[in-house]
Amino acid sequence: MITVRGLEKSYGDLGVLRGVDLDVERGSVCALLGSNGAGKTTLVRILATLLRPGAGTACVAGSDVVTQAAHVREVISLTGQFAAVDDVLSGRENLVLVARLRHQPDPGRIADDLLARFDLTEAADRRVATYSGGMRRRLDIAMSLVGDPPVIFLDEPTTGLDPQGRGEVWACVRELAGRGTTVLLTTQYLDEAEQLADRIAILHEGRIIADGSLADLQQLLPPARVEYVEKQPTLEEVFLAVVGADS
Amino acid sequence: MTTHVLGDTTVLLGRSLRHVVRSPDTIITTALMPIAFMLLFVYVFGGSIDAGSQPYVDYLLPGILLITVASGISYTSYRLFLDLQGGIVERFRSLPIARSSVLWAHVGTSLVANATSVAVVLLVAVLLGFRSGAGLLAWLAVAGILALFTLALTWVAVLAGLSARSVDGAAAFSYPIVLLPFVSSAFVLTDTMPGPVWAFAEHQPVTSIVETIRHLLAQQPVGTDIWVALAWCVGVLLAAYTLAALAYRRRFA
Repeated sequence: MITVRGLEKSYGDLGVLRGVDLDVERGSVCALLGSNGAGKTTLVRILATLLRPGAGTACVAGSDVVTQAAHVREVISLTGQFAAVDDVLSGRENLVLVARLRHQPDPGRIADDLLARFDLTEAADRRVATYSGGMRRRLDIAMSLVGDPPVIFLDEPTTGLDPQGRGEVWACVRELAGRGTTVLLTTQYLDEAEQLADRIAILHEGRIIADGSLADLQQLLPPARVEYVEKQPTLEEVFLAVVGADS
Repeated sequence: MTTHVLGDTTVLLGRSLRHVVRSPDTIITTALMPIAFMLLFVYVFGGSIDAGSQPYVDYLLPGILLITVASGISYTSYRLFLDLQGGIVERFRSLPIARSSVLWAHVGTSLVANATSVAVVLLVAVLLGFRSGAGLLAWLAVAGILALFTLALTWVAVLAGLSARSVDGAAAFSYPIVLLPFVSSAFVLTDTMPGPVWAFAEHQPVTSIVETIRHLLAQQPVGTDIWVALAWCVGVLLAAYTLAALAYRRRFA
């Protein structure tokens, strides 16, 4: 579904991407793992036709991101690093706006369905400026699902979210995967990649240095040893237990 | 994709107009400064300004209308800058829409918002005693020139919004444009100005536009001023549009 070959991009003398190769299969979830500044966002922006690559090729659903950008935009949707929602509009108006821009029939019904699916029905007519961080992110992702695009890019979807918000986003991604949507998500959190991805690609200094399933990657290290460790609850488990995980 | 240009622009225009309707203060503040200038000039300075035979409010109104537009366009760069910063422009650009519609929606909003502000200022001018016997055709010509002036300055504002690095920078570019009418024939006759200032005042765009509107409203022949005015507007429009289109493309290269 996504094919990247020898992709390069530099800003001045600074090479951000230095020959990236990547394949993402149809209907799979691929996590692009890397520290800050590794080039994850640059790669996603190129795939979403927002940036032109310096060299190399990238195809999404068989269309080249440079020469057939319009085709690519028909099948993708991008959820950027910062929730790209319109604060002045209500949640419903945001969704209707995207549905109109995607030339969908019956934008009102699409908005209502997504509001219900993302648990935003009650807040639907409130201005987005009044939403919490988690609600904004949910709306942001809901806006990306208008028109059911077969390929979705999520750029650091949980950065800056509290544990509940993160859980909500994870549930969204799992649901997307269940529906057969191809998801490429970037993250700097190892557990996120471990939890969500069928395939993990590690981007480091502008190159993919490891790529495979979790089991593949685990084999890069010496085989597992059996150790006995006292299992303490993690702080996250404690936090979610005391505040109530579904709050 | 080009078949969607109009439809997409309309949808985005609707969005942007909602922003204006939901913060009507942008219309009020746009109209406030020109109204304050008008009061100041009519009631404070006006008595000692020799503006020929017509009432002073009739003389200064064209310049006040240009100041209204010049201060109104800064909201365009402000809104565009916030859209770019918030990432919503990236969202729009990753959708299957005509990419130019993002900018045209802001331009359309500027035309509507400025027309509203100009109408408010015009109403206040009537309360202050402004009268014109101009016919429909002359009023249409005035509206046309003001629309062209707004369009040209709006593209300057788009350029500023695209190139600004801070919200303050996005709005600050309009200050010199607001001041331009003061060094023109908008408020005083240029005859008394010293040589170099006079030369600047006579040949800068505001003077020809002000003179054209003034003559149209006073039912006098516009002479060659109207052609100079149109040439300035079209020239600024083409230059600003070209540079803005380049800046927009470069931003996403």
